[in-house]
Amino acid sequence: MSVWQKLYDELKDQNFIIIAVAMDSEADAARPWIEVAAPDYPVLIDRDHRVAELYNMVNVPQAVWIDETGTIVRPAENAGAYEGFRAMDLETWTMPDDELATTINAQATYIAAVGDWVRLGAESGHLFDADQARARTATASNESAQAHCHFHLGQYLLRHGRETEAHEHLAEASRLHPTSWSIWRQAAEKNETGLAASAEFWDRVKALGDDHYYPPVELAGMPK
Amino acid sequence: MTVILSQLGEFEVPVGPAEGLWVEPAEATAMSGWELRPEGLCRGDVCVPVPPGKAETLTADGKINLAAFWDHMGMPIAHSADGDVWALGEGAENRTAELRSLEAPDFTQPDLAGVQHSLSDHRGKKILLATWASW
Repeated sequence: MSVWQKLYDELKDQNFIIIAVAMDSEADAARPWIEVAAPDYPVLIDRDHRVAELYNMVNVPQAVWIDETGTIVRPAENAGAYEGFRAMDLETWTMPDDELATTINAQATYIAAVGDWVRLGAESGHLFDADQARARTATASNESAQAHCHFHLGQYLLRHGRETEAHEHLAEASRLHPTSWSIWRQAAEKNETGLAASAEFWDRVKALGDDHYYPPVELAGMPK
Repeated sequence: MTVILSQLGEFEVPVGPAEGLWVEPAEATAMSGWELRPEGLCRGDVCVPVPPGKAETLTADGKINLAAFWDHMGMPIAHSADGDVWALGEGAENRTAELRSLEAPDFTQPDLAGVQHSLSDHRGKKILLATWASW
């Protein structure tokens, strides 16, 4: 979030705002991250992943560019993350230098593109026209819609101490919408630092094979 | 009382007595946005007629069975084992059509202090809507 704050510091006098949404069923899990970053843009807690449902998002970080009229000019997409972590050494939790450099570069490229859009508006080369934006809009399926229903119910049951039943609905949500990492990781076992990075997570990542964890962003200079 | 989780919020209503989700029409409208009219169950310009063969499973004694309507409309629905909590979702087609209009769907969520923020509060600015998570 500190990179978002730096961007916001540079651009906040340009009729621009960041709205950050934490896909976190418990505010207390998100709290330390927010307190460290101390952002001066709104950071919201979306315990039921409602924003993911509305925008057909399946992972974090994902972002949407919305213009002054409330029109989507870049639909939900990977917000500049690169999956260099897939090359991580799980013994030492270190990444090869080139993968680390690519990860940092991808994020910087994405942030620069946001800055470009905020400064240049419609003149920015990074915008999609309406047809392009529509073509890139992720669609809901009957299964993903039903998955969010089970997720919503599961989160309610979890908040009301009905854990066993809650997890049945959260598992059903993940089964119906297997490409949603957010649904799976929210309910998954967390390690001592709060990360859903168990052996099962790494197995799921490995099972992606040639598929992406963070799909490449359609911007010049982004890694494929 | 039965809890209903819908796109419009969290509601507690008396339900019953038969199986399903039998509620007063006014409550159905408040909770779901769908309104019972002579032509059927309607939201905005869209009306879903009550087919004669299904009338008894959808409406009876001045109440409507919201669960049966949701099934009839092919919209997502889930409930707890005891039937005391129901989640009523939005249909995939509506969701996709809404997004393809390119008008950013509005939402309201709280910050850490519990203050509610809506996307539409910031209309007139460029917005980067960015998600993240602790996990």
